[in-house]
Amino acid sequence: MRASDLLHPRPEGLYCPPGDFHIDPVRPVARALVTHGHADHARPGHGAVLATAETLDIMAIRFGGDHAASTQVAEPARPVVIDGVEVTFFPAGHVLGSAQILVEHKGMRIVASGDYKRRADPTCAPFEVVPCDVFITEATFGLPVFTHPDDRGEIGKLLRSLTTFGERTHLVGAYSLGKAQRLIRLIREAGHAEPIYIHGAFARLCDYYESRGAALGPLLPATTDDARADFAGRLVLGPPSAFSGPWSRRFSDPLVCYASGWMRIRQRARQQGVELPMIVSDHADWPELTRTIRDTGAGEVWVTHGREEALVRWCGLNGIAATPLNIVGYEEENE
Amino acid sequence: MRAFSALLDRLTLTPARNGKLALLDRYFRETPDPDRGVALAALTGGLDLPGVKPAIIRALILERMDAELFAHSYDFVGDLAETVSLAWPPTGHGEEAESPTLGDVVGMLGTASRADAPAILGDLLDRLDAPGRYAVLKLVTGGLRVGLSARLAKTALARFGGVDVVEIEEIWHGLAPPYAELFAWLDGKADKPANMFAAPFRPVMLANPAAMDDLETVDPADYLVEWKWDGIRVQLSSSGGLTRLYSRRGDDISAAFPEVVEAALFDGTLDGELLVGTPPDHVGSFSDLQQRLNRKTVSVKLQQKFPAFIRCYDLLFDGGADLRDRPLAERRQRLETVVGRMDPCRFDLSPQVEVESWQALDGLRNDPPLPVIEGVMLKRLDSPYLAGRPKGPWFKWKRDPHVVDAVLMYAQRGHGKRSGYYSDYTFGVWTGDAENPALVPVGKAYFGFTDEELRAIDRFVRENTVERFGPVRAVRAEPGHGLVLEVAFEGINRSTRHKSGVAMRFPRISRLRWDKPPAEADRLETVEKLLPE
Repeated sequence: MRASDLLHPRPEGLYCPPGDFHIDPVRPVARALVTHGHADHARPGHGAVLATAETLDIMAIRFGGDHAASTQVAEPARPVVIDGVEVTFFPAGHVLGSAQILVEHKGMRIVASGDYKRRADPTCAPFEVVPCDVFITEATFGLPVFTHPDDRGEIGKLLRSLTTFGERTHLVGAYSLGKAQRLIRLIREAGHAEPIYIHGAFARLCDYYESRGAALGPLLPATTDDARADFAGRLVLGPPSAFSGPWSRRFSDPLVCYASGWMRIRQRARQQGVELPMIVSDHADWPELTRTIRDTGAGEVWVTHGREEALVRWCGLNGIAATPLNIVGYEEENE
Repeated sequence: MRAFSALLDRLTLTPARNGKLALLDRYFRETPDPDRGVALAALTGGLDLPGVKPAIIRALILERMDAELFAHSYDFVGDLAETVSLAWPPTGHGEEAESPTLGDVVGMLGTASRADAPAILGDLLDRLDAPGRYAVLKLVTGGLRVGLSARLAKTALARFGGVDVVEIEEIWHGLAPPYAELFAWLDGKADKPANMFAAPFRPVMLANPAAMDDLETVDPADYLVEWKWDGIRVQLSSSGGLTRLYSRRGDDISAAFPEVVEAALFDGTLDGELLVGTPPDHVGSFSDLQQRLNRKTVSVKLQQKFPAFIRCYDLLFDGGADLRDRPLAERRQRLETVVGRMDPCRFDLSPQVEVESWQALDGLRNDPPLPVIEGVMLKRLDSPYLAGRPKGPWFKWKRDPHVVDAVLMYAQRGHGKRSGYYSDYTFGVWTGDAENPALVPVGKAYFGFTDEELRAIDRFVRENTVERFGPVRAVRAEPGHGLVLEVAFEGINRSTRHKSGVAMRFPRISRLRWDKPPAEADRLETVEKLLPE
């Protein structure tokens, strides 16, 4: 069979005709397989959802327990058969519960990797290489300019700045699922034991990560009625969207930090008024993307959300068939 | 190299002056010689790498990566040095502790010939991490663009060494990279370097702003009164056959005003106002003078169109004699003799204004005889020449500012203490016919209001946003709905950079006119009347 008969894009998302299911659909569908809990991949309103236990928990936290008519837990590496199509979830190393989905039918193996990274993350299971015929890869950082440095160095920049600018509130922007908890964990591993203040939007997901074994140390709400001075020299984490609004006014002379792979580009940091960019990403950088394509042994690569052209070009230079796969609705800025 | 590249990155993204000072202070404390001195030279524009041409950068990267992948990368990043620094293929060396120091890098590039520069630069880039590569490429292309003036770097040095910045300015021109003796002094390990420099800069004396209240208790007879000229403050220093012209910050601006330097037939140091025109009758406006500022060289044509001269008002050195502790009356007398010997087209005396009472002077300063006069200067006749801004001996009493009523058009988010507030305002005045008026921007201001007023404007901006452009919001600004700002400013220049054709000098918000409908704000014609003819 042709690969495109097993999986191909539709307006709702990637669709499997023989199994009659979608992967990460952006609109409500009857049967959805969900790779991870980020809002652009996991949406409420589906009929049946198959996902890892953690992803289902995260969807329930974000959308309520009734986000789908029915749910089913996908155990790691345990195949599930849907109308004759075998699907298996493997860790993707992106955020807690994130998975790649192997779709196997009549000898054809396609891996839809969702979002992934290869480097160690203390808050989620590491990426597993799954040999396949067709590898569907993200390309969020699909340009040779993106090489994410060692996390520890980036955390070091933050802690060092806290000593240089001891009177300023260090306001760290981070995506609320995954990035925030990973940052906190890395900050703890670097030896910072002081309380960290968090925006209200982080509270439930931080609690959930704690319940799954990520020790995040003392966390306090970044909400008090009085005294700006309370936050002077403190670390405060919040979603970047809150920084331009009234929420940020309670802090004394805030120093805006932002943890994202985009911070590799100075102009991005400058435009957003970021004083301390931290290059910490939950997506694969260029070396990880190209290494992963090689590791899977795939003869064909479909490239989705991001800078498809460059990765397609790289595949071409390396004798691998590649094509951009246009799936609408994924937001690259949520990083 | 790592400390320097980290410093550059932080400086680029730190808008606040105090933040920059803290970063520099930390760098000077933690970085050994000669690196900190080389960094100081790089930051103050004192480095020259003649053998390395920017054109070789593109050639180097295309030897190492696919042209199409490079093109995609450059499109995305938008800056050549940054793209190359990020896309440079890793060699593994950059992660080692043995990466070259800033001193090594500048040493190697400084002595490179045009022929061997590509190999040397390529080898260096192989041995550095991405921020290090970026720093090197910015050194090579000659534009660090970190928003740091030489003055701020000197202020940071002063803070680091616990000395007054004027002490640094005084010896600066006698020093050369890597500034070992300067740092030895600031570290407290050696004496202050002697100033062996010919025609040195002497830190200048500055005036405090005055109001009628300050003057009521003092006698006009004790003061020398002069016009306050709207030029730039300069110091001309001449010794051992060498003459230099300095700005009041101690920057050497001799090359931009050769006609003045050549006409300086004296030995000593004099203080005055640099103006353009043909003294004594014609003095050009500040905007004429601006044609001559910030140039490395100047054409003969420009010198003829806007001839420069110094209107002299003080003498610090007469030959080798230091007059700074002598009273002003005596310095002025000796100045008259010195100026009298020189070309009157290049040097004249700042005339004294006769004044009987402060009330009479108040009238004069507010209605001066020439538009290029922006008020009066009052100097105690018995005052010595003291560096800095001592309280008491000298006052400046400026003309009251011009004001216009303008309409708020755009607001931009602030930084630091103003994070989360829309605190930078672009405002406009009306143009076009009365039936169909349109606003045209005339300026931008970000101070002059209280914290409480800031909160009120911020609320207005959020509730009246019509469009967003990144950190900027356009607000409703219609004849019947909008916010009128009373804007105070020092003057108007013609400008080709602004759509309105005018640019305000030193604009600030003087009052919020919540009571005034935007239709009653001023028109462009009113503002244009203030243009110098």
